[in-house]
Amino acid sequence: MTTHALPQTALLPQLSLPRNPGMALDMDWVRAVQANTSAIERRAATLPGRRSVKKDHQAAWLLRAISCIDLTTLSGDDTPERVKRLCAKAANPVRRDLLDALGMGRITTGAVCVYHEMVETAVAALEGTGVPVAAVSTGFPAGLSPYRLRLAEIGESVAAGASEIDIVISRRHVLTGDWQALYDEMCAFRAACGDAHVKAILATGELGTLRNVARASLVCMMAGADFIKTSTGKETVNATLPVSLVMVRAIRAYEARTGFKVGYKPAGGISKAKDALVYLSLMKDELGDRWLQPDLFRFGASSLLGDIERQLEHQVTGRYSAGYRHGIG
Amino acid sequence: MSVSEIYQSMEYGPAPESDAEAQGWLEGHGRAFGLFIGGKMTAPGDTFETRNPAKGTVLASVTQATASDVDAAVAAARKAQPGWAKAGGAARARVLYALARLVQKQARMFAVLESLDTGKPIRESRDIDVPLVARHFYYHAGMAQLMESELPGREALGVCGQIVPWNFPLLMLAWKVAPALAMGNTVVLKPAEYTPLTALYFAELCAEAGVPAGVVNIVTGDGAVGERIVAQDGIDKIAFTGSTEVGRRIREVTAGTGKALTLELGGKSPYIVFDDADIDSAIEGLVDAIWFNGGQVCCAGSRLLVQENIAADFHARLKARMDRLRVGDPLDKCIDVGAVVDPVQLERISALVDGSGGEVHRAAVALPAGCFYPPTLITGLAPSDTLMQEEIFGPVLVSATFRTPAEAVQMANNTRYGLAATVWTENVNLALDIAPKLAAGVVWVNATNLFDAAAPFGGVRESGFGREGGREGLAAYTKATDGEKPLKPVEAVPAPKAAKVEGLDRTAKLYVGGKQARPDGGYSRAVWSPSGTLLGHVGLANRKDVRNAVEAAQAASGWSRSTGHLRAQILYYVAENLAARGAEFAARLRDMTGTGAKQAEAEVEASVDRLFHWAAWADKHDGAARGVPMRAVALAMPAPVGVIGQFAPDEAPLLGLVSVVAPAIAFGNRVVTVASQAFPLAATDFYQVLDTSDVPAGVVNILTGDAAELAPLLAGHMDVDAVWSFSSATGLSEVVAKASAANLKRTWLNHGLTRDWQGPGGVAEAFRTEATETKTIWIPYGEG
Repeated sequence: MTTHALPQTALLPQLSLPRNPGMALDMDWVRAVQANTSAIERRAATLPGRRSVKKDHQAAWLLRAISCIDLTTLSGDDTPERVKRLCAKAANPVRRDLLDALGMGRITTGAVCVYHEMVETAVAALEGTGVPVAAVSTGFPAGLSPYRLRLAEIGESVAAGASEIDIVISRRHVLTGDWQALYDEMCAFRAACGDAHVKAILATGELGTLRNVARASLVCMMAGADFIKTSTGKETVNATLPVSLVMVRAIRAYEARTGFKVGYKPAGGISKAKDALVYLSLMKDELGDRWLQPDLFRFGASSLLGDIERQLEHQVTGRYSAGYRHGIG
Repeated sequence: MSVSEIYQSMEYGPAPESDAEAQGWLEGHGRAFGLFIGGKMTAPGDTFETRNPAKGTVLASVTQATASDVDAAVAAARKAQPGWAKAGGAARARVLYALARLVQKQARMFAVLESLDTGKPIRESRDIDVPLVARHFYYHAGMAQLMESELPGREALGVCGQIVPWNFPLLMLAWKVAPALAMGNTVVLKPAEYTPLTALYFAELCAEAGVPAGVVNIVTGDGAVGERIVAQDGIDKIAFTGSTEVGRRIREVTAGTGKALTLELGGKSPYIVFDDADIDSAIEGLVDAIWFNGGQVCCAGSRLLVQENIAADFHARLKARMDRLRVGDPLDKCIDVGAVVDPVQLERISALVDGSGGEVHRAAVALPAGCFYPPTLITGLAPSDTLMQEEIFGPVLVSATFRTPAEAVQMANNTRYGLAATVWTENVNLALDIAPKLAAGVVWVNATNLFDAAAPFGGVRESGFGREGGREGLAAYTKATDGEKPLKPVEAVPAPKAAKVEGLDRTAKLYVGGKQARPDGGYSRAVWSPSGTLLGHVGLANRKDVRNAVEAAQAASGWSRSTGHLRAQILYYVAENLAARGAEFAARLRDMTGTGAKQAEAEVEASVDRLFHWAAWADKHDGAARGVPMRAVALAMPAPVGVIGQFAPDEAPLLGLVSVVAPAIAFGNRVVTVASQAFPLAATDFYQVLDTSDVPAGVVNILTGDAAELAPLLAGHMDVDAVWSFSSATGLSEVVAKASAANLKRTWLNHGLTRDWQGPGGVAEAFRTEATETKTIWIPYGEG
């Protein structure tokens, strides 16, 4: 074992996509959007039964899932050392012997996701690994701090080295149907991000209806979001399959209309390897293979990686694994 | 392929379900099966092969039952039936409960066997078919338990011959066997020739469930075995699910035998998408509508009707979705569409598509070698195109466009079939307006292919008659306990040697479209009293009069949309006007039949009462919201049958007439009623009462003449929806049944037996069920 190879994610056919520039707010389109809750729930309920990946395919898919994880810590008790440990795990998420057994080169997670105060620490810790740092922003999680401070927060995080900014939208704009306000806010956030990519957190658990989720998804994409993301992880209901179906359908419709691909990030509540496989098949079937790469798909998750590691060891050894056999983050 | 290569390609790869257990079971039987008769498996006789359509391999040899095998099965069923019925509902409930549990315990074996034999994806047999089978047995265990308290006055029919198709072999078995057993019947069931295996495995479980010997008998074989069952004298009821062609043949063959019959036949079910629908969900619904079981589903949403303003976008998105379907090995857990059941079917599908106009899009999917057909969409068709009319029974969707809700209904109903329909709109006003207007036994709103044991399923028009599931389904496996006796033909009084002619000449005419009409043929017949007095003349209706009467009845379609309250008011008014002329009607009855004054007055009084009875019911024959195990309302709504042809009874010329006309119109039907041939003048007097009682023109049409001559005309008329015959004319039931096969209309026949018109028989529950079709409207709901 000599030099560390470049993360294999870098070897994926990552043609760098043009960023979504946004478009004028099209209220006719927004108002025409429908989302039939029970039909969406039925489709979502059958998804796990319709697709199954086994053996080597399962291992490969799980490795791919790891490459799409935004390894996250968003706690009031985060400290620099805690964040450094997490970054170390992000850079080497799977035991080397397991990767060797599977014939895989080195992989990393998609990013590390932290609060602003931890950005500099994370950027330093990840230097040379190719793993980007994402910062939650704009008064995360409620998004109710003063507007100018929310904008300023984005600027500070970008200055500190975050290359991805996860903003939270003002849920009240959705709940009151003030789509223009939502659009304007999102445009301003996008502008404040500059070259950093912006993920729009809809906090879908607080939007009331799937129709609102669909409309908010569209408005944020019209305003230039690079990603749309379900949740902060702090709502009582976070990422679900029905919500995901609605959001990826919105992404598909947006691409059909504008030609621009927008990414998707389900966050919160995805903690099992099996769930990750279902999400990957959802992306593959609804949007296509291009959305199985970390520039268009991320999991916001903290405990998912541990379950995947155990599954990978099972794949290699044929025996069920234990958590303590894998290094923690 | 290495892990790192898959990491790049992100393909699904194979995900096979093991068939080792199922193959082991087949091996354990030496891959050769006999028949299940009287609780025992017979040794294999002459056999035929059943194959795995996905691989073309032989799964087992199965016995072609002989005529004497069928006779033996019927004899075993006959012998077991009295004891099974007498055991009581509670005892039968325990057996059905055990069957439900056994189906669950052997769920995977059933699912794998079913997929091996039919070619349907394991996901469907595992997640849909088998759970529905268990649910059906659970539900009917409950029905058995409650039979004595909830169905007083009903008893088992006896021995039921049941013939099921190859598309849902086990599920259709459950739909047939569970209600039959629950109500105390015994069965002789024939699975389809292509797919006998799950039925044979079910036979083995019957012993474990404590099903007494002879209660369930399973005979395998081809159509000849089915014919033998249909023709077998010892069978009381035939239940058939399959093609309309075979159903029609069964209708003809059973005519005149008195066998009860229910038919669940083909369809070309419309799938309507309005422009305000959740389009992506509607497209996903189509996957479940036409690519479920490869479109080999009688109620498949096979005829897409999409609003013109969204059609281009809808078709584009649909094609993209189709291209992501996965076609392949049915035992792969990652497959959407499996194999076509048999090469014969594959050839038929290919020929139909190749011969079609329009633009054909075959999904750009990888297709394995063998018996597979790609999901296909044909756009740009008009209702007049063959494939918009004919059932394809494969993964082929045809599509046309509409402009308005009214046009959507018109196009949806432009079909000989009437099994199911699907409506997609987010507008509750539109959905609830459209659903009742669709000619279909089942309507799904913003969903498709939802089934449950509590929700009646069945068709109208040439999709058959009878319902399976719910309380309605039990009617198909029970009969009223009241005893009927053979009915003696009632002859008209012959012309006397010396005629007595009194008073002014009176001519009774036909009554068509609210007007008195001369008979087209220009012939009349004299009506004599028993004492030789000329009472008047009645016209002899012919085929043109039948045509005119049916046209008038069809034109009065507004009656079917009127409220029960309005219909009640009119029936009360008819009763009031009849009572006002009571003395006159009583005199007429005395003159015609020679009955005593008291009896004549009593019949008039009973007729007034009968009108009150059905007026009372007109606004009370409610639908029900059925408890289905999902977040949905399943409404079982009684809808009018439409135009009913009727042959009024002869035993009670006035009361009989009123007894058949009143319930029919009370529930919104229009009638063409042929008066008692022997005593027609009560009917022709009665139209004068109708004339003065605000009954809209065409709602009641009355013909007089020769019942035997009119029966094939009325029963054979394609625009008549049902025929009831209570005539005493010999053999009329058989004539009606045979002629009704033309459009598979419902019939209600006396089979030459009496009915107690004065008593409970004259107001039996059957009048309500025969005057209505149960339409099941599924409305899933939820927001959030």
